[in-house]
Amino acid sequence: MSDPTAHFEELESVVIRFAGDSGDGMQLTGTQFTTTSAVFGNDISTLPDYPAEIRAPAGTLAGVSGFQVNLSQHDILTPGDAPFVLVAMNPAALKASLPDLEIGGIIIVNTDAFTPTNLKKADYESNPLEDGSLKSYEVHEVPLTSLTREALKGLETLTTKEKDRCQNFFALGLTFWIFDRNLDTSESWIESKFAKKPEIAQANKIALETGFFFGETTEVFRRRFHIRPASLPAGTYRNVTGNEAMALGLVTAARKMGKPLFYGSYPITPASDILHALAPLRNFDVRTFQAEDEIAAMGSVIGAAFGGALAVTGTSGPGLALKSEAMNLAIMLELPMVVVDVQRGGPSTGLPTKTEQADLLQALYGRNGESPIPVLAPKGPSDCFDIAYEACRLAVRAMTPVLVLSEGYLANSSEPWLIPDPDNIEPIVVKHPEGRSEDDAPFFPYLRDDETLGRPWAIPGTPGLEHRIGGLAKAPITGNVSQDPRHHEQMVKLRAEKVARLANAVPEQDIFGPAEGDLLVVTWGGTFGAVRTAVTRARKNHNYDVAHAHLRFLNPFPRNMEKILRSYKRILVPELNNGQLAFVLRGTYGLDNIISYPKLHARPFKIGEVYQKLEELFDN
Amino acid sequence: MTEPISLELTRKDFVSDQTVRWCPGCGDYAILAQLQKVLPELGIPKEKIVFISGIGCSSRFPYYMNTFGIHSIHGRAPTLASGLAAANPDLNIWVITGDGDGLSIGGNHLIHAIRRNVNLNILLFNNRIYGLTKGQYSPTSRKGKKTKSSPIGSIEQPINPLTLALSAEATFVARAMDTDTVHLGEVLKAAAAHEGTSFVEIYQNCVIFNPNEWTGIDDRRTRSDHVIYLEHGKPLIFGKNNDKGVRLNGFKPEVVDLGGEFTEKDLIVHDETSQELAYILAHMEHPTYPPPMGIIRSVRKPTYTEELMGQVRMAQERNGMGDLKSLYHSSDIWTVR
Repeated sequence: MSDPTAHFEELESVVIRFAGDSGDGMQLTGTQFTTTSAVFGNDISTLPDYPAEIRAPAGTLAGVSGFQVNLSQHDILTPGDAPFVLVAMNPAALKASLPDLEIGGIIIVNTDAFTPTNLKKADYESNPLEDGSLKSYEVHEVPLTSLTREALKGLETLTTKEKDRCQNFFALGLTFWIFDRNLDTSESWIESKFAKKPEIAQANKIALETGFFFGETTEVFRRRFHIRPASLPAGTYRNVTGNEAMALGLVTAARKMGKPLFYGSYPITPASDILHALAPLRNFDVRTFQAEDEIAAMGSVIGAAFGGALAVTGTSGPGLALKSEAMNLAIMLELPMVVVDVQRGGPSTGLPTKTEQADLLQALYGRNGESPIPVLAPKGPSDCFDIAYEACRLAVRAMTPVLVLSEGYLANSSEPWLIPDPDNIEPIVVKHPEGRSEDDAPFFPYLRDDETLGRPWAIPGTPGLEHRIGGLAKAPITGNVSQDPRHHEQMVKLRAEKVARLANAVPEQDIFGPAEGDLLVVTWGGTFGAVRTAVTRARKNHNYDVAHAHLRFLNPFPRNMEKILRSYKRILVPELNNGQLAFVLRGTYGLDNIISYPKLHARPFKIGEVYQKLEELFDN
Repeated sequence: MTEPISLELTRKDFVSDQTVRWCPGCGDYAILAQLQKVLPELGIPKEKIVFISGIGCSSRFPYYMNTFGIHSIHGRAPTLASGLAAANPDLNIWVITGDGDGLSIGGNHLIHAIRRNVNLNILLFNNRIYGLTKGQYSPTSRKGKKTKSSPIGSIEQPINPLTLALSAEATFVARAMDTDTVHLGEVLKAAAAHEGTSFVEIYQNCVIFNPNEWTGIDDRRTRSDHVIYLEHGKPLIFGKNNDKGVRLNGFKPEVVDLGGEFTEKDLIVHDETSQELAYILAHMEHPTYPPPMGIIRSVRKPTYTEELMGQVRMAQERNGMGDLKSLYHSSDIWTVR
């Protein structure tokens, strides 16, 4: 590796975006850059952004696929507001990303793709490389396609099309050179990925290395950068996306319960990757079931829960709507199970690949009758692991379905995960009632635990516990069908109280900043990173009297929630919906000092947006 | 399936403490009685038997059986049953459904449970009417049927439950009738013994909203002239005096009188393993033909849970019991000191 360190600029952090056509392999390029940087020791946070179409028309703005990564020598919480480096594989990618780019940032473009046809497809009236519109940026024009072809001309068995598919690795190699990263991790990835296609493996490696040496031999790239390893807490790390962490958390919970994991699900973006992560884990006794539809997935989960498995389903907003009747059955049957909703932009089919937090009210209230259900939400990709485990623990404790509200953003974004020692994770204790004979007292399926109000989890196969349960209203204790008005009232209240009491089983809400004062920012889900960073900066730069409470438990709220809310003059609630948590807080606590701060772009908050909002609130 | 062992179970063991609330004269009573009679004879411990139903008159069934049971939601019983079977492949699971529950709102689930060959016994009570919602036409109601919701006559082509099950590659398809209790009991036993999805259509009489649906075939005195009882390996003969039979004329079945031009040798010989014959039999409808009763098709194929647990076993043999630590580390890792 070359070592003219004198030429390097030290950066604390940098945001890089790889953008190209859907077929250009930008997600892969971004992931490779991320892995290498993570292994190098940077803290990282990533944001993939891709169209709903698998292959939108090539070269168009609709077909642009981007992958943004933020790497830092500090603890970072978001993929970054504005890229400093943009790798654009075609005019559409340039056009789509330019508004986000930091002024003065670096642009690397594939000039081979800047043909009149491609410029027209991207709605460019003149060539931006020639018309001066990029003068505020440092532009590097690289003929990626022809350089890659040239590098691979010795590989006669490959078609031109196959060679062109390697140009993303050329771009990756060049980016590695600029950031002084070694090629080892990507080279071994290429070797194992294309183990059965050695000529493709060879081509990609050549492209990667040629890209790297292109940076070295041409003297165009005068600026190179160093980002030192972050001082993260000691331990072993890996990179995880939210969906990967969710799957790992579910497998862990099943193992900690001593149960098979039944995962019944119907494919839906952006939740399908949980199914993909679980399906290969048969040796963990993971029984995945790809149901015929969303309703069947929910039904299968209820059946599996009745049978004594740890039963889980995953879906997104439209699927949650379809599941709602069966979820109510689960609430009536009082069986433990977990429903993961990886939220996407809605309503209806909405924005399948974009993120939103607009299913909160559906989760809390979107079913017929009085239908209380615990709701949890992870705050970042790696927190999906902990939330998955928590959801399983609470489901078993209170004998209830539990809903997890993840988000497309968390599901696909990644960050380093401090790998825990599984031996240090608490077991989830499950007590099934034992079999009985005719001489024993009769079995009552709805006789509740005094503390948790959970009913016994009596599973088929246990002698003497035969019982019938169903969706009809029932009498307490026996669970027999009953239309007695007192029974109905009693059961409605018991089911609500059972969920409310889970507040005793979850931690108190913590606060970042002063315990009382002027402004409290309340958030939930994936907005954590942007808001926490903005609040930190605002406190540091302006000394604002602002605190931040980030909720992971949305039903029940933590038991000290009301006390916290009443300790501040004003409460700001930023969320990626039209004010749903603000609505719930107002209704639950009768507060009139809540300022709703909705963002409806189906994209995550930027740090700068929240920071500006805080400045606004304190300027007035 | 468990080997028959003496469990000393009797009919009474399967009667729950709940009062049965079907209309007087409802065909469901006869089916309930037969199941309570047959179950003690299967040699299956009572705690391993589960009844799952959807919504409708028939779906009240689990409440009356002293076994494990779930009265679920409309049309979805096969989904719960499939999840239950996957969680616990040892159970003997019965799905109780009707023509509305199983073929209208739950039609899709029925198809998929059957095609997966989940080890379930699905009993579809077909009375060709909506009973619990008080008398609308159902997906099996005949064209022209006048009901509250089709006062001028239904304009819809009915579904044939048997051909639907066959199209989903059902491994066991049978038909019985509520009024022929002895035969019903035999079919139920065979369904329980079959590994994989057993689909049984039971002609059932709704005395309130569709009392004449089975007139002509359900009368104990005359039914042997109007239905045909299938036996594997035997020719298709029917009639009080065994004087009629069914032969193939090209691809079409044809009812013939025996003793004249045709003899037993000209008749179709029933073969439970033939998918082709099964379609021909399933299409034989009253009054053109004597509708067949008994086992139309029965073949052994791997069940869903045999395949599923086979994959689990194979993965564990190949990769060992899953280890969380190595799972967590199955990615590029790095260490911060």
